[in-house]
Amino acid sequence: MRHRTFFWFFLPTALAMLLFIAFPIVSVITQSIFAPHSAVLIEVETCTPLVGCTNETKIDQDATRALRQEQPLGRFVGLEIFKDRGHLAITEVNEIWVQSRSLTDFFIGLGNLPFYRAIAFTLTFTFVVTPFVIFLGLIIALTVNALHDRLKGLVIFFSLLPFVITPLIGALVLFWMIDSRGILGSFIQWLFADPDLSLKASTGLMWMALLVYGVWHAAPFAFVIFYAGLQTLPMDQIEAAQIDGATRFQQVRYVVIPHIMPLVTFVALIQIMDNFRVFEPIVGFNAAAHAQSVSWFIFNDLQGETRQLSSASASSVLTIIGVAILLSPVLVRTWQDFKGKT
Amino acid sequence: MLARAQRRPASLQIAIYIFSALWLIMAAFPFVWTVWGSFKVELDFFSISDWTFALTGERTTAEYGRPFTGTGYNGAWVKEEFWRNVVNTFIVCFFVVCTSLTIGTLGGYALSRSGYRYTFFLLITALIFRAMPPVTLVAGYMLPFFEWNLWGILPTTIIVLVAINQPFTLWMLHSFFQNIPKELDESAKVDGCTQFQAFRHVIIPVMWPGVITTGLFSFLLAYNDFAVTAMLLSEENRTMVPQIAAFLGTTYTEGNVMFAVSAVVSATVPLFILVMFFQRQIVSGLVAGAVKG
Repeated sequence: MRHRTFFWFFLPTALAMLLFIAFPIVSVITQSIFAPHSAVLIEVETCTPLVGCTNETKIDQDATRALRQEQPLGRFVGLEIFKDRGHLAITEVNEIWVQSRSLTDFFIGLGNLPFYRAIAFTLTFTFVVTPFVIFLGLIIALTVNALHDRLKGLVIFFSLLPFVITPLIGALVLFWMIDSRGILGSFIQWLFADPDLSLKASTGLMWMALLVYGVWHAAPFAFVIFYAGLQTLPMDQIEAAQIDGATRFQQVRYVVIPHIMPLVTFVALIQIMDNFRVFEPIVGFNAAAHAQSVSWFIFNDLQGETRQLSSASASSVLTIIGVAILLSPVLVRTWQDFKGKT
Repeated sequence: MLARAQRRPASLQIAIYIFSALWLIMAAFPFVWTVWGSFKVELDFFSISDWTFALTGERTTAEYGRPFTGTGYNGAWVKEEFWRNVVNTFIVCFFVVCTSLTIGTLGGYALSRSGYRYTFFLLITALIFRAMPPVTLVAGYMLPFFEWNLWGILPTTIIVLVAINQPFTLWMLHSFFQNIPKELDESAKVDGCTQFQAFRHVIIPVMWPGVITTGLFSFLLAYNDFAVTAMLLSEENRTMVPQIAAFLGTTYTEGNVMFAVSAVVSATVPLFILVMFFQRQIVSGLVAGAVKG
């Protein structure tokens, strides 16, 4: 295809991505180094007869409005927002570093800073849910593959439901069951013989519930991918393994798993990207008091009457950097593959 | 016929059935339970005294004379006018799917037919865009949208969702187009078609399965979105998902949780129908992404 034709074919989608993905990134970066104007203050002297004169500080509404109109971005602050307590909290981290006696101490101290807490939860979620999803998906795929053909269709149908469901709705459906007044909540209370056990009161239980939701939501995805991979299994290799006396487990370990390894990598990549943006379950589970993710952190800043654009932008920039770091090994490998090909 | 060596021992066969049944329950039971519970009153579905009330509908019978009631649905659809949000959702989804398929097929086709270096970089850029959480972009939209009075209306949200879906759509369509032999458009061009005519009259007719599959995923992305719709739509233009979130905010205090439960069940129905009719396409779409990606 000639460059010209390519250009015209690609123009609409390129424009859409440029205007609504690339430009917003630039605008987010700009906003993160500007802070909103503080109100303009003026001193007014009010004199009352007999009492005398007092100086009063007032907000000059007109001047404030004019200033905001003139420079809607706010005032330039450089990296100040990144360094404040709500984000990287450089001063606080330094203090904690100096005061803490051990590494554990240091991490506990970090846990009290909101942004680090959000990062801790997001990373835990990403790196706990992803392996579990792969493991559970593989087991489901192996079992379903061994089922009778008629049953396969039925199982695949119901398996797809947790995956296609709107994340917020899926989270709510589970939350209402795990709630202390729901069926699973009652079961857990009965199991531990503790009638006061409640999701709302226990951070550990809340984290568990969120992780369970994550696995429940994404396992079908891994299952479908692995199941498709199992359909192209090389039968001659399986037979050769059987002749050599491999047990069932050994067949899975040394023939099946190597065969679907590229798919495992794919699922891991997609899952890391998706789990890093975990957000809806925190809203659905009403979990913000116990667990906050990076995405929720941004959303919370944007919400409500006082939209804290600068703070949200700074968090966004940090999140984008986080995604870039997570993705960098993949990018480097793809680049090397590409260079090898040409 | 299975060879003797491949026949499974009975214990393994039983284990397979048990595990399948367990997974089936895990996947489907929450939905069955919520649909069942949505026809009860709150004191049954969220019973403090006894969880079996949710099954028998003790309080519902006491209140309405029958173990089932449509009060939750009535409250959500009539009192809270949830149908407006349903209409909004379908407007948004329809236009998002149409627009992203139109510009996505053009772009994906170009990417699959051009052998130059820049296609690689464009695809990698798309991958990076795909990896970014959509909520990180929202802060960037706010200021310009407020400035130009574009905030809160459906068209803005539609375009934003189209753009956010593009990276994914491009990757998927790109992999579908690569499966169509290049000889097809070359022979069309030999017969005197321009590149666009070859695309329109030769390639698209054989691409329908791929286009439909990609359309399904665009629909799901638009339907399931919460971060963008919640931030970019004003109260009267809300789609279903942000409206359900709004129900939660108000109803936990007013004791109308059943409104939210009914709304959740209502919003699940279209997805259920979708899976029923398009199961094959969804599976093939996921697999297409995996094999090429």
